[in-house]
Amino acid sequence: MDWSSFNPWAALGGGALIGLAALVLLFGLGRFAGVSGIIGGLLQKPDSDTSWRWAFVIGLPSGAFLMAQLLGGFQPHVPDRALIAAGLLVGFGTLMGSGCTSGHGICGLARLSPRSLVAVLLFMGSAMVTVFISRHLIG
Amino acid sequence: MLRSGVALLSGLIFGGGLVLSGMADPAKVTAFLDLAAIPAGGWDPSLALVMAGALAITLPGFALAHRRDKPIFATGFHWPSARDLDARLIIGNVLFGIGWGLAGICPGPALTLLVFNFSSALIFILAMLAGMLVRKITQSK
Repeated sequence: MDWSSFNPWAALGGGALIGLAALVLLFGLGRFAGVSGIIGGLLQKPDSDTSWRWAFVIGLPSGAFLMAQLLGGFQPHVPDRALIAAGLLVGFGTLMGSGCTSGHGICGLARLSPRSLVAVLLFMGSAMVTVFISRHLIG
Repeated sequence: MLRSGVALLSGLIFGGGLVLSGMADPAKVTAFLDLAAIPAGGWDPSLALVMAGALAITLPGFALAHRRDKPIFATGFHWPSARDLDARLIIGNVLFGIGWGLAGICPGPALTLLVFNFSSALIFILAMLAGMLVRKITQSK
């Protein structure tokens, strides 16, 4: 294992914050904090849900900025290729499959939904195979 | 207004959690997904704990919510009603996984990336929106 980058408390604490965020949206508005669903909802005609969806979408990078300040800096490493193909697949796949890492993984699993369990196993499995092929076979 | 305030608060906490947990770093995500690195000693399992930390909060929280008639600032809960393990669920999530594995970016981290690497985030998000639109257009036919 790569112990140098293993950071269990940050991962657990960050996960707990994501869980808390999901509960705020559920107990406040009765909605699932599924990011793909919230973004996808902004692509249809504006309705009574449009403003809270925008508020969530604006809050997310703002919270990321504040946390980066608290941590004294945060610099993610982004691949310089495949961004467009990856984006297309993520957008199409999450709407077709009714959710993403947050909707199925955090909310659906918490509701003990069999659909979400299948979804999480499938997207984790297919992502692992993709990383294996791109890093070790053709990378 | 009140509902937008609640959603803003949720988004703020969510975004903070993505950064603190490491999920907002695509390189950390692909390192976690790289199981072939286990024998070589280069695997970083941290991100499994992100889901553990989140579920430790949401499992009891969702159970409590199920006992309530309605949320605080809305008239009812929007519980998903779909039950079938259909082809859409299966194909959709396999495609999503391929995209997630290619770049290490899922929808939440795509938004947080706007703060740290605007041009890459914009390329990914525009492609993601295009993918969503393609799905919406082909779905209705």
